[in-house]
Amino acid sequence: MSRTLITGALLTALVLAAALLSYVWTPADPEAMTIADRLQPPNAAHWLGTDHFGRDILTLLMIGARTSIAVALVAVGIGIALGVPLGLAAAARHSSLLDEVISRGNDLVFAFPSLVIAILITAILGPGALNAILAIGIFNIPVFARLTRGAALGLWSREFILAARVAGKGRARISAEHILPNIANLLIVQGTIQFSLGILAEAGLSYVGLGAQPPTPSWGRMLAEAQTMVALAPHVAIIPGLAIVFTVLGLNLLGDGLRDTLDPRLKVQRL
Amino acid sequence: MTSSDTAHSSRGRGGQRPPHGSERASDPTTLLRARDLKVTIADHPVIHGISFDIAPGEILALTGESGSGKSMTALAVMGLLPDRANATGSLTIGDGENLLALPEKKLCTLRGREMGMIFQEPMTALNPVQTIGRQVSETIRIHTAVPAREAEIRAAEMLARVGLPPDRFPLSRYPHELSGGQRQRVGIAMAIALRPRLLIADEPTTALDVTTQAQILDLLKSLVAEEGMSLLMITHDLAVVSDMADRIAVMNKGEIVEEAPAAQLFREMRHPYTRTLFEASQHRADLPPEQPRTEPLLKVEGARRAYALPRTRPFTARPTFEALKGVDLTLHRGERLGLVGESGCGKSTLTRAILGLEPLQGGTITAFGQQVSPDMPAATRAGLQVVFQDPYGSFNPRHRVRRLIAEPLHLLSDPPQGRARDEAVAEALTAVGLSPDDADRHIHAFSGGQRQRIAIARALILRPEVILFDEAVSALDVRVRAQILDLIADLSRDYGLAWLFISHDLTVVRSITDRVLVMQEGRIVEEGPTAQILDAPTHAYTRKLVAAAPRLPEIGKIST
Amino acid sequence: MLAYLTRRLTSLILSLAVASLEIFLVVEVAPGDPARFMLGINARPDTVAALRAELGLDVPRVERYLAWVGGMLTGDFGTSYTYRAPVTEMIADRLWVSLPLALYALALSTVLAFPAGLLAAAKRGRAGDYGVMAGTQLGIAIPNFWFAMLLVLLFAINLGWFSAGGFPGWENPALAIKSLTLPAVALALPQAAILARVLRSALIEITGEDFMRTARAKGLTRGQALWRHGLRNALIPVLTILGLQFSFLLAGAIIIEQVFFLPGLGRLIFQSISQRDLIVVESVVMLLVFAVIMVNFLTDLAYAIVDPRLRRRA
Repeated sequence: MSRTLITGALLTALVLAAALLSYVWTPADPEAMTIADRLQPPNAAHWLGTDHFGRDILTLLMIGARTSIAVALVAVGIGIALGVPLGLAAAARHSSLLDEVISRGNDLVFAFPSLVIAILITAILGPGALNAILAIGIFNIPVFARLTRGAALGLWSREFILAARVAGKGRARISAEHILPNIANLLIVQGTIQFSLGILAEAGLSYVGLGAQPPTPSWGRMLAEAQTMVALAPHVAIIPGLAIVFTVLGLNLLGDGLRDTLDPRLKVQRL
Repeated sequence: MTSSDTAHSSRGRGGQRPPHGSERASDPTTLLRARDLKVTIADHPVIHGISFDIAPGEILALTGESGSGKSMTALAVMGLLPDRANATGSLTIGDGENLLALPEKKLCTLRGREMGMIFQEPMTALNPVQTIGRQVSETIRIHTAVPAREAEIRAAEMLARVGLPPDRFPLSRYPHELSGGQRQRVGIAMAIALRPRLLIADEPTTALDVTTQAQILDLLKSLVAEEGMSLLMITHDLAVVSDMADRIAVMNKGEIVEEAPAAQLFREMRHPYTRTLFEASQHRADLPPEQPRTEPLLKVEGARRAYALPRTRPFTARPTFEALKGVDLTLHRGERLGLVGESGCGKSTLTRAILGLEPLQGGTITAFGQQVSPDMPAATRAGLQVVFQDPYGSFNPRHRVRRLIAEPLHLLSDPPQGRARDEAVAEALTAVGLSPDDADRHIHAFSGGQRQRIAIARALILRPEVILFDEAVSALDVRVRAQILDLIADLSRDYGLAWLFISHDLTVVRSITDRVLVMQEGRIVEEGPTAQILDAPTHAYTRKLVAAAPRLPEIGKIST
Repeated sequence: MLAYLTRRLTSLILSLAVASLEIFLVVEVAPGDPARFMLGINARPDTVAALRAELGLDVPRVERYLAWVGGMLTGDFGTSYTYRAPVTEMIADRLWVSLPLALYALALSTVLAFPAGLLAAAKRGRAGDYGVMAGTQLGIAIPNFWFAMLLVLLFAINLGWFSAGGFPGWENPALAIKSLTLPAVALALPQAAILARVLRSALIEITGEDFMRTARAKGLTRGQALWRHGLRNALIPVLTILGLQFSFLLAGAIIIEQVFFLPGLGRLIFQSISQRDLIVVESVVMLLVFAVIMVNFLTDLAYAIVDPRLRRRA
């Protein structure tokens, strides 16, 4: 167990725990606005201070973590659920029409500036967490499809796959029985990375007002609201940002640590 | 592409070397002197204090099986041991200082200048994005102050010296435009560009075809003779050095067990390990007598297979490469058939076609009267099994031996379950000399030879009538190879198995087959009884192959 | 080389065609009729119809698509519904902010990443490496818009070295560059972190290659081998990332432009989406896709320059 893995796992667990805890307990009522208490710096009553409506920032962060995690997690789920089978199918029929279509389709999705399309999607379908999931999820599909295809292609030329073919196994069965277990590590590590990218993307979307809508607290919108008050009360802008950095850092460390532990030669993609 | 040379020509160190032939060392009888050389990797000893000398102009062969420490010895001399390795003892060239005590900076001035090295893999040993001219001239420019232009002229001379004349192989060629043998020549040119006194060659021909191997060995011999270099030759193959080395040192488990002039070593073989190696190298498996041919089990008739290559020019038809240009072969019940040929001759394509893994463009393959194709019936497939070359790549690393061996049972319409399946696995394991208990272990717990046994068990579990051995012993050390060949011979005796044994190694084919086919560029050029073909080949290509194959001297026939 | 070029060009044109169709379809299915949107809920049907006719919205979709694509080929992106101004001019104005910003950020990211990546690879496993790796780990985790806010807080509000936002135009280039500096830094830092890590791992992987050992056997020092033989081979993955980054910086600036109130493409696309100015949305997205595809094409060409193996075939 590397130190990276432990640090990453601890950070991630802390964020997850805070999000789960918020279902049963928060330091304050998230909707309680006490204008008299607004923009307080961190103090004994409000550990992380209050925002411009006098709401407790720690409470908002804990509930906001739920949104961030849910959006990013489901988006990764979409990417894996659709991308991995596509990638496996493309590799199983290398150079076939199917492979060509899937590969070109991947290239095409990659050609679209993801943020612009996410904005377009949420703008068309209306802002909200569900559409943010969709917008982020769509761009996870080619990431996993390409990764899976590349890794699977490398395996298809290996002799143990030839041996399975000599044993009469079909391509689908070989994909499930031999290919998938051998790329699982890679998918786990990449999944962690995509999870962290999803947190960042969700924050960006909600920062421009296209993520979860009020009154659901979200980290990105907290930053957007803080922007005009950054000179007055810097903590309102700094603290939610730190929460994002904390979470993304934890996930990235977890991903790197998993890679080092599972197989240091795994090739993940970032960006 | 950029041909502008940005290398620092001011980097040359020191002046001119004395001309050849002048005296160099105070002790004229020893060039490289190794004393009590010990190497540890991560504190684990791999070389236990070896000593040897190389005289000027002498060829010393260091031979042994994988893991014997022979390559580590070469790297220790070059000062290129892996990061976690540590060497102690003394290594001197001429009357120089102990190489092991020199700072890295000083070593850099010696490498390439006093000692050059050639590596095993010509395909990866050259920088793929630099021209060969630049790579050869770099050796010159890194050590001397000659201008770029002159370094290039000298690089061209060197390339011509190793058999790559500039009119056919201009300096602007890239490594990917050359064959493996040509690349190895570039590697040699780089190593000898400054005429170092010591040349180290680490398995320089292992990755090459036998005819190319013979040419490279000739080149090395002539370099030693004409340039007065000493050569430290590392090889696992005794036959390669038998008529080349002046002296041979045999290594086993980090120690030199025997060292003697070549002829004397083959004559005396004082150490039992040397004798074991020698015998294993020319091991003849005890094949049961050949049976008269009965019905044909496998018939390949006029098999053709072509691959489309990428276009070289737009809007033209894609060029094709014909891997099989009409191949015929017949394998009878119980017959032991061999197929020899060099890389790229179409052996692998033929194997895959026979296994029904690739379609043909022409001709037919029938097995047991059924048509062979990618979608042939399971029963036909079950009769044709295979053992591949790579003991490490042939198994899904995530499965246990039980599941690996049982995989072909999938082909049965009513595969055995539970106990019956375990019994089938146990029987297959026993048949290949392993224990039924091994079924529960993971594949990484086994050595290369054991893995080939497991591969044979997997091929055997369905009791097929035909097994294809695709270079099945090529990746193994000689002693393990001998054992596996014996095991295969037993399969003929016990099961009446027929096989097609595909190999580039004539010694192996001679040992394990009755009849042999010689394949060249997608065609069978000669076929007949193995002994007859290998002793009295008629086709020009077969003659070339047989002549190029390195041969061990027969014991007792060597005179000094 | 010619075959390689032809193949890449063909796929480039095909991608552009498919992309334009997709954009058109996506934007067309967007709910909200631009004419009705512009006139308000209470507009009379005949007024809406008149405006639709004026905007050319009553023409069948196929014709509208062909007219749009045809126009783009001649550099005419049509007329904005909202502003009644040529889209080409609107885009050109904004491009004068977005393009310099992207290039500025790309240059910064490269300048930061190369020394960091080289240092980390050369000092692998030592203090320098750990420093770079820790720094880049943090760099990757920081959302660029938040980083932008911190920069504003520190350099604009507290120190007063830069203005907090806005763009003065190119009349005074020094001032223009100054006003793009904080946004460029905010964009570049996370990208530099990614690039440095990619460069480091590419170099480390190269160090294990056989030809690096050959180079050392010739007498090159570790550093010389890395510089002369490693770097160029490591450039291939780095080029991929650089290509992706340029498109990311061009389009990804969208949020940074919000932070700094920059009149770039990002703000234009936001405005036009909210105003249902479909033709502008289509055109800007198409332009960005064009940029991405072009950059991919150029990256492919750069591969061929770096790697001679691609020139002959592939």
